[in-house]
Amino acid sequence: MSALWVSIVAVTLASAAIKAAGPILAGGRELPPKASAVLALLTPALLTALVVTGTFGEGGHLELDEKALGVGAAAVALALRAPVLLAVVLAALVTALARLFLG
Amino acid sequence: MLRFGLLIIAGLLFFATPALAQGSQTVTVERGGRDYLAGVRAGLPFALVVGVVAFSFGTLARSLGWGVLAPIVFSVATFSVTAQFAVAAVLGAGSGAFTAIAAAVLLNARFLPIGVSVAPFLKGGPLRRALEGQTVLTTSWALAIGAEGRFDRAFMIGATVPQYVAWTVGTAIGVLAHDVGGSVEMLGLDAIFPAFFMALLFRGIGGRRAIAATAIAAVLAVALVPIAPPGVPVLAASGAALLGLKGGSS
Repeated sequence: MSALWVSIVAVTLASAAIKAAGPILAGGRELPPKASAVLALLTPALLTALVVTGTFGEGGHLELDEKALGVGAAAVALALRAPVLLAVVLAALVTALARLFLG
Repeated sequence: MLRFGLLIIAGLLFFATPALAQGSQTVTVERGGRDYLAGVRAGLPFALVVGVVAFSFGTLARSLGWGVLAPIVFSVATFSVTAQFAVAAVLGAGSGAFTAIAAAVLLNARFLPIGVSVAPFLKGGPLRRALEGQTVLTTSWALAIGAEGRFDRAFMIGATVPQYVAWTVGTAIGVLAHDVGGSVEMLGLDAIFPAFFMALLFRGIGGRRAIAATAIAAVLAVALVPIAPPGVPVLAASGAALLGLKGGSS
């Protein structure tokens, strides 16, 4: 098997196992309050991390490029209560325009 | 081919817009008796974005010489945006399968704590819960969290359905329209993914502690990206949630 197919099979199995682990091990009972408090903050923390790595890259160095402008525009739109779709389209549009005119 | 890609995206936008405007409203207004269908509707705007991201994954995979079958199988079987992009990035950079798998596993390690948080709300015995756990996506999970840490299982499963369809169909379209591969960047499609998570963040954030956790996570992620391998910054930044251990209310 090629490296690609090895990766596909392994990542599929690993992802399924990771997603199954929590429900199997922690299922069927309420979590202690401390754990719930931590897990409630997991959403904003995790999403923030995904925004940062998605915007500035994970390739071993921070990349500040036109994409940051686009994501910034989306942030402003969302702060002004724009719908998700508009914000996301704006991110792509601003990035594309910035690349066209600044790049 | 470029025009073809633009057409597809325009078409997707056209068909989804009315449903989307509606969908995003239902999410914020209703909190009570939500069910599968409400979840499906809430998932629609995200499904559209997932479709565009899938399209860019398909074109990227094809440009890396993966052929037609492999990217589609990958999307159908794994359905993990971050993990699949990580594998593409690592293999595309010339590294081997082991590095690719390690990066993908690290990125998906977030589903361990997410799975724990969801576990009490899933139904049935261990096997059934394990299967229901497969429907957990970062988006659906974030959408299905209600007030006071309640979690709506049916809503989450519903929200996953349109996203799964969009992910597999979008990948297939991207693979077949691969000539636009070079234009993913030109069209700014790579900005869609972080903007997508930003939208979820804006939906879910509330309370002083959540804002503090967000700030800490941002600082940690920015600090770690230059020095840690892919996946590690996200995991470490998620540790900002440990702020919840501190006493007092938000």
